[in-house]
Amino acid sequence: MSKQKIVLIGNGMAGVRCIEEMLKIQPNHFEITIFGSEPHPNYNRILLSKVLQGDTTIDDITLNDWNWYEENGIQLYTGETVTHIDTAKQVVYSDKDREVRYDQLILATGSLPFILPIPGVDKEGVTGFRDIQDCEKMMEYSNKYKKAAVIGGGLLGLEAARGLLDLGMEVDVIHLSDYLMDRQLDSAASKLLQKELEGQGMNFLLGKNTQEVIGNTHVEGLRFSDGEEIKADLVVMAVGIKPHIQLAIDSEIPVNRGIIVNDYMETNIPNVYAVGECAEHRGVVYGLVAPLYEQGKVLAKRICGIEGDPYEGTVLSTQLKVSGVDVFSAGEIFESEQTKTIKSFNDWEGTYKNILIQDGKIIGAVLFGDTKEGNKLLSFINKRADVTEYLEAEKGEEAGASLVATMPNEEIICGCNGVTKGDIVQAIESQGLTSVEEVKGCTSASRSCGGCKSLVADLLECTLGDAFSKSNQKEPICSCTTLSRDDVIAEIREKNLTHTREVMSVLGWTTSEGCSKCRPALNYYLGMVNPLEYKDERESRYVNERLHANIQKDGTFSVVPRMYGGVTNPDQLRKIADVADKYNVPLLKVTGGQRIDMFGVKKEDLPKVWADLDMPSGYAYGKTLRTVKTCVGESFCRFGTQDSMSLGIALEKKLERVGTPHKFKMAVSACPRNCAESGIKDLGVVGVDGAWEIYVGGNGGTHLRAADLLCKVKTSDEVIEITGAYFQYYRETAVYLERTSVWVERMGLDSIRAVIEDKQNRIELNQRLDEALSVLQDPWKEALNSDRILKDLYQSVKVPAGVK
Amino acid sequence: MKNEEEMTMEKTLQRIKVATVSELPKDLGKTVRVGSHEIALFHLVNGKIRAIENRCPHKGGVLAEGMVSGEHVFCPMHDWKINVCDGEVQKPDRGCVNTFKVEIENEDVYIVLDK
Repeated sequence: MSKQKIVLIGNGMAGVRCIEEMLKIQPNHFEITIFGSEPHPNYNRILLSKVLQGDTTIDDITLNDWNWYEENGIQLYTGETVTHIDTAKQVVYSDKDREVRYDQLILATGSLPFILPIPGVDKEGVTGFRDIQDCEKMMEYSNKYKKAAVIGGGLLGLEAARGLLDLGMEVDVIHLSDYLMDRQLDSAASKLLQKELEGQGMNFLLGKNTQEVIGNTHVEGLRFSDGEEIKADLVVMAVGIKPHIQLAIDSEIPVNRGIIVNDYMETNIPNVYAVGECAEHRGVVYGLVAPLYEQGKVLAKRICGIEGDPYEGTVLSTQLKVSGVDVFSAGEIFESEQTKTIKSFNDWEGTYKNILIQDGKIIGAVLFGDTKEGNKLLSFINKRADVTEYLEAEKGEEAGASLVATMPNEEIICGCNGVTKGDIVQAIESQGLTSVEEVKGCTSASRSCGGCKSLVADLLECTLGDAFSKSNQKEPICSCTTLSRDDVIAEIREKNLTHTREVMSVLGWTTSEGCSKCRPALNYYLGMVNPLEYKDERESRYVNERLHANIQKDGTFSVVPRMYGGVTNPDQLRKIADVADKYNVPLLKVTGGQRIDMFGVKKEDLPKVWADLDMPSGYAYGKTLRTVKTCVGESFCRFGTQDSMSLGIALEKKLERVGTPHKFKMAVSACPRNCAESGIKDLGVVGVDGAWEIYVGGNGGTHLRAADLLCKVKTSDEVIEITGAYFQYYRETAVYLERTSVWVERMGLDSIRAVIEDKQNRIELNQRLDEALSVLQDPWKEALNSDRILKDLYQSVKVPAGVK
Repeated sequence: MKNEEEMTMEKTLQRIKVATVSELPKDLGKTVRVGSHEIALFHLVNGKIRAIENRCPHKGGVLAEGMVSGEHVFCPMHDWKINVCDGEVQKPDRGCVNTFKVEIENEDVYIVLDK
């Protein structure tokens, strides 16, 4: 039996998706040829804005790599354009004089950026925002030039503008309407969006009609119909797209705005079909991704000769992919005399919701600030649900699960990647998945914009029942979110989040400002993930760590200078005594960590005290290495077998300053008599004849716990290497405020040991630790060297008494 | 420091310049002592400036050193959450601290005190 010859013109998301569906239904049944004008394999075009914004790379957005074409026996011609179709002979001709005969032909030529028909658009520096080449051009320009103008304040324009901002350009956004995204948002949401984006640094010129691109050969600016001009080195046209139908016109395939197709994606020429942005179905041309997938499925069945449901159009929904901004819009958004609304507006938190109802059914919705409900609303709109159903679902806890339970298997859950409920349920059942992350890894659902995460979670719950809730007993960070520490860190890494506020807004915190629990935690996680780039947020630090001193109940502070290994000298003691006299320090106390605490220092005096002491901060206030307690060891002790003081000092000098999930105490004893109490420390070292034992997870505080033996090594260098690796592993895996005594029990000593025993792991952990250590300096010196810090944090205002 | 006096109705109010807006870092508190008053002055993230008594009603913790989240400050002693606009302690704890009126004129920040 000879194979059916399929030719696909257009190597983009819509066409390739259709081929994938066909291969699923009838593998080895087709001989497939694909032509693509771009020199790349199929990639996820909707993520180009993320590439531009620096959140991902071009390699990462490839959907089908070269291997996929080869494995499926597909003949792919990239960088090659089909110039003519002879529909009578059923042959296509390319610009490289290739002729390919077809039995069935799929047109998926997509669309082109719409370039305004105004003078000057052919100048250098004018680009659309449509493909990898445009993206690369914008990145290249950002290296050389400063000012960008984006024409178009819709979805594409705003995503491009955000990307250009991230690339360090100044960005003007020009929009014809007075409202941004005026096709998707009502005026209230549009104004909120504008405010938010202005806050991010975009400048808007609204109600402006661009009349001319000015400049010589290269663009220099724009002129508007009111005569005003602005400067620009780069102009991005993002006013819209138009279906790419020239080939169809030349080949006498009937078109209107797009290539006209029926409910089975057939043109009226036999054996010629069209899908995606180039197709016009029931008078509508779609420019978004979800319809392409639905169309692709219908067409795949048609070509495979399988009876299937016709395509009946798609309710559109959009989500803006700009970090820090959550906008969702679906269905009908403009109010009329026939509509009623459910509206809520929270000015303080910057959230807005408007649900449109007609004849008792939900027909559209706009969400701003909090878009968690988006996908749920979309499925209500799709199934033309009664508004009472929505209101009841809103009340009930189980709403999510019951909603997904009633969805048909074909319903698309992840619009970005075209993953249906059926795909997800099947993956959960056949592969034993238990978390959203695993579903993402297996099916790509929620991989792109993340908007459908809550639906995926609902599906897990609905598919697994109790098993899901059991396996998912992760504790949320605080009551501002339902996400656990692991979820949040995964998101920080994946979305490249850089500020606590951004984390809270992108991950849908219920309070826009966070609380005293989550903010210090996020501040820690962000710094741990990206130590070189992250700027510590002092506002998100508890007072002690913000001011680098310990607050006492009367509002005074205590000061503990570093004494490495608990070893001091007359000079230090003299300085401490002098400072205590000079500032009337009411109490000097020797601490359990072998150093001296000076109590009762006024905040205003802290910088002066530090200057006079001229010793490093002992970090007695910090979630970091506190002290390394040592015994005297072989230098004086008749039992000592090892040089505990030197090792303790070396460890303290190596690890000081860097933040940890909770405080970290250490000790080094020179013999098993254990005078430094190594058995109740986060990490304790005990010298035995010719070797060191390393104990971990001990605690002498509220939850008394004897430390476990991690390993035994020969040299001090090995102790330092293992301690560094262990310390970093704790930094990377513990929950904020989790002491090692709890962490060791949660992780299991054996699993920690397995990680630390691996030499490669140790090297990498130490490298990451060294990187984090490399950017830190003594905080007292830092304050003394900065007038700004002294003014902002340590000065108070005093207006003398008795003024009239 | 510049001081001004105003007669309003029968009450004498004293308006005291305590800072300029730029001297007050956002999302942090500042301790202001005026005569016998000790006031915690907050520059909120939304740009507003609010003043409350610098003593937590629980155990007298200094609120100016607390973490500021939106319109709330968390006391550094035992994490009580207090609204800096109306002085109300948030549930589950209860209580209230005094608030002071703040006026801003050309970047200058004034606190208005009952005399």
